[in-house]
Amino acid sequence: MSLQARVEATVGRLHLDAEVAVATGELVVLLGPNGAGKTTLLRALAGLVELDGGRVVLDGAVLEDTATGARVATERRPIGFVFQDYLLFPHLSALENVAFGLRARGVPRAEARRRAAAWLERVGLAGHDASRPRALSGGQAQRVALARAMVSDPRLLLLDEPLAALDAAARAEVRRDLRRHLASFDGTRLLVTHDPLEAMTMADRLVVLEGGRVTQTGTPGQVSARPRTRYVAELVGVNLFRGRAAGAAVQLDGGGTLVAAGEHHGEVFASVHPRAVALHRRAPEGTPRNVWAGTAETVDVVADRVRVRVAGTVPIVAEVTPAAAAELWLADGGPVWVSVKATEVTVYPA
Amino acid sequence: MTAAARRGRRPAASPGGRAPVLFLVPAAVAVGFLAVPLAGLLGRTPWGSIGAELASPRVLEALRLSLVCSLGAVAVSVVLGVPLAFLLARVDFPGRNLVRALTTLPMVLPPVVGGVALLLAFGRRGLAGQWLDRAFGITLPFTTAGAILAEAFVAMPFLVITTEAGLRAMDRRFEDAAATLGAGRWTTLRRVTVPLIAPSLGAGIALCWARALGEFGATITFAGNLPGVTQTMPLAVYLALETDLEAAIALSLVLLAISAAVLVALRDRWFPTA
Repeated sequence: MSLQARVEATVGRLHLDAEVAVATGELVVLLGPNGAGKTTLLRALAGLVELDGGRVVLDGAVLEDTATGARVATERRPIGFVFQDYLLFPHLSALENVAFGLRARGVPRAEARRRAAAWLERVGLAGHDASRPRALSGGQAQRVALARAMVSDPRLLLLDEPLAALDAAARAEVRRDLRRHLASFDGTRLLVTHDPLEAMTMADRLVVLEGGRVTQTGTPGQVSARPRTRYVAELVGVNLFRGRAAGAAVQLDGGGTLVAAGEHHGEVFASVHPRAVALHRRAPEGTPRNVWAGTAETVDVVADRVRVRVAGTVPIVAEVTPAAAAELWLADGGPVWVSVKATEVTVYPA
Repeated sequence: MTAAARRGRRPAASPGGRAPVLFLVPAAVAVGFLAVPLAGLLGRTPWGSIGAELASPRVLEALRLSLVCSLGAVAVSVVLGVPLAFLLARVDFPGRNLVRALTTLPMVLPPVVGGVALLLAFGRRGLAGQWLDRAFGITLPFTTAGAILAEAFVAMPFLVITTEAGLRAMDRRFEDAAATLGAGRWTTLRRVTVPLIAPSLGAGIALCWARALGEFGATITFAGNLPGVTQTMPLAVYLALETDLEAAIALSLVLLAISAAVLVALRDRWFPTA
């Protein structure tokens, strides 16, 4: 692991207490709702936030340790930081913005300008050397910010919502380029986002931060297959329940029981994909092990599916075809029967 | 917001709206009241001989002294006032509000009172003056240095207040960005903070300079009215009024031109939409 950090900090009402580890060459995406402390965590790693407690070690060098009082000032940390709104210096040209870090680190002017120009070319902005940030489009400004952060070969690259300030049209293209530039970077990379698509498509590993705490880590596949919080479950669009398993039956904390295919014991999560939830007008016959009556509360059309939120002993979201919804007279809501096959209930330890 | 909603919110105050008749007369009187003296000054200006008036040794001397004193006051204000503005804007020290009030006081204090206070503090028997005299043999009253001091006393608050406002309005995350790029405090200050607050700093310097140039009360009280030593333009105008009206008008015209220039320079700042 080349970045190991435990960070405790208080900013306003947020109390951050999180551990993050990133291997060299790994791209870890920090995902979480707004106000979860993602930006604060990045700023803490950069030394821009005073720590209440914790330790930050990069490539074996201690950047900060509240136990010993060791602290490397921000300007002496080998980091590159891409801010959410880029924070390009408005009084400097694109070239001067990129060269700023080299100049500040003592590189002679001519060499700094040469290296900065090479980086502008690398991010596809040759010919924009003299442009002021104000004259750049959002996507161009993002590239300048990336070049500025990477030009001095940092060991740790921190990116705070690098695509959030862009409109949807620019985002796809910039995301592709960003991924390419990040792939060419051999240091440690930590990217913050609240966009699940961005997180899933870019991350080697996800760290989910909620309310200042890490609630889940894993590869995008692991996280989406086994969500551990309501926030993650909603991101990946599954029904998530928590309960106690005794054999195949899971006694849910919110009341009710789900029967799964395998055997489990102790505290568990149970997840059910909305498409695996079947709705019926009358009590269904046949094999489903989980059947209960409920009330269709809200009905929304999402792309080519209809999402139905069903209240009952086990509140659940179902996704059915428009034809099925019409057959069930669901437009007005009302009583429905819910069934879920035991094989469609995924159970994993809490 | 839609256009309809905007209209709904301010039905009568649209830019093309008619003024209430009741206000027209006082407003016209106000404009006249402010404009007539200017017209009087310009009307009485001896345009034919103004070149000769301005070239007279007496006027030139006052002009030179005014430039020396006002620029000296600006220099003192920048050297002392800008760091003070930084402290007021950035450091949360006990008694900060008291210090800010103290800093602003000369803006509302009658200048002549400032002059008296300076005399009591820096006069040869004054609190600080006594010590300056004994330790360094320096006396300030009735010297050019004294005139600079008096002008700085009155003008510095304008620079401090404007600079502090600029520092407070600035997005400090630019300084964070500079730090992540390896810039220490000094480099950040020089290459990021100062350029970003340059408009405020410039406006503060212009205001400070204009105020110093026009300073009368504190200067005449503390530094006296010695031609070539402390007799700056406003003092020369006042004196010339008794003996040489045309010289007074010529000097006044110079001061008016400078004021107008400062106003034009700062118009974007004061009337951003006009």
